[in-house]
Amino acid sequence: MDYGVVLFYTTSMALKAEKRLKAAALDVKLIPTPRQFSSDCGFALRFGWADRRRVEDLLAESGVETAGLYPL
Amino acid sequence: MNTDLIYLDNAATSWPKPEGVARAMAECLEREAGNPGRSGHRLSLAAARRVYAVREAVAALVGAPDPVRVIFTHNGTMAVNLALGGLLSPGDRVVCTGMEHNAVMRPLRDLEELGIEVVVAPCDREGRLDLEAFARAVEAAPTRIVALNHASNVTGTICPVAEAAAIAHRAGALVLVDAAQSAGCVPINMAAMGIDLLAFTGHKGLMGPTGTGGLILGERVNAAEMKPLIRGGTGSRSALERQPPDLPDRFEAGTVNFVGIAGLGAGLEALLAMGGPEAVGRHERELARQLWEGLSAIPGVQLYGTPDFTRRVAVVSFTVEGRTVSEVGARLDEEFGILARVGLHCAPAAHRTIGTSPKGTVRLSPGPFNTPEHVERTIEAVRRIARGA
Repeated sequence: MDYGVVLFYTTSMALKAEKRLKAAALDVKLIPTPRQFSSDCGFALRFGWADRRRVEDLLAESGVETAGLYPL
Repeated sequence: MNTDLIYLDNAATSWPKPEGVARAMAECLEREAGNPGRSGHRLSLAAARRVYAVREAVAALVGAPDPVRVIFTHNGTMAVNLALGGLLSPGDRVVCTGMEHNAVMRPLRDLEELGIEVVVAPCDREGRLDLEAFARAVEAAPTRIVALNHASNVTGTICPVAEAAAIAHRAGALVLVDAAQSAGCVPINMAAMGIDLLAFTGHKGLMGPTGTGGLILGERVNAAEMKPLIRGGTGSRSALERQPPDLPDRFEAGTVNFVGIAGLGAGLEALLAMGGPEAVGRHERELARQLWEGLSAIPGVQLYGTPDFTRRVAVVSFTVEGRTVSEVGARLDEEFGILARVGLHCAPAAHRTIGTSPKGTVRLSPGPFNTPEHVERTIEAVRRIARGA
């Protein structure tokens, strides 16, 4: 399975995103930010890259600010 | 712990704490005290999750719009300072009530020296806000903030927040509510009551440890326009040398009191298990009513505040003719093991309003763990002190 990650500016937003996406039954996991990314937030949210559009929409509508979605 | 003690000083800090509070804190210290939001490892994540869960619990309790708008501070006073200092600039105007605690009055008097106008709307001798005089004060000139003491720590009188907030909003002001005495025993819904800024403490009605509290921002508050109280590291946007705009990080520089917040979370759980603010408030008010009725039958005892128990929290202030308040307090403690607070309770404005300045009152404040028997024994003790026995 191909994965992607959502990067965040703050931990609170990462946790808010995790909660929102899990509630929508998406398979997501908070992981330490992978080394190829330079992020301020120590956590990134891993998701199935096929769900990318859904992830973007859900986060946008719940007011979660991200620092971008990237393929792993 | 002396189980014979009758603790009636819950308005100062609630005690005892529910047993889960100490357990949650010990668990953090012994098993998972990473720095929440600073690192990416499992202990950091565990800590961050706990803190976020408590943000959610606080937000749910008071109908806050979003958990990230719950800003943790070290107490209610710091939250009030953040709101007033963060939003007011020279030339602005503030209206507060005649029942304010020094947590509000002292920052306001300080801001006054910087050119901020402070107007105190009068309350009557039972501590009730005169809504007409309040409306006149708010409408007299453009007002930036209206500061309302939700429940008095001297008389227990509850402020009609929703009515006052409607007046304030019509005049374009933001509504700051000091919920130090109400959070946990009076149901609060920020949206329904029109509260824009809610300052709370964690160690009173929310049953958590000292060192916890917060300011909750309603949707009308533009956080980007609000100055932080302190600045520093947040674990976010580290390349920026200025305070970041993100919530709650903008206002939470430095590591948060993670262990205390975990204890606060356990306090909130216990509060909900007891039926929530409505049920706990009812229990406490019943005890306060019993206390009020018993004390009012004692010759020489003068009670303060409104006898209308639908409009007050469980804070009962009284004086005994011919006895100083310190004498009464000391005898309650030493001879009867009853713990009260005496004096001005950090609220000189409120004591001026009810006519007990500068001598103050004896204050008894029942909490969730008090019983009718505690109250009965307290009434008997005051009877003996008043009689001179």
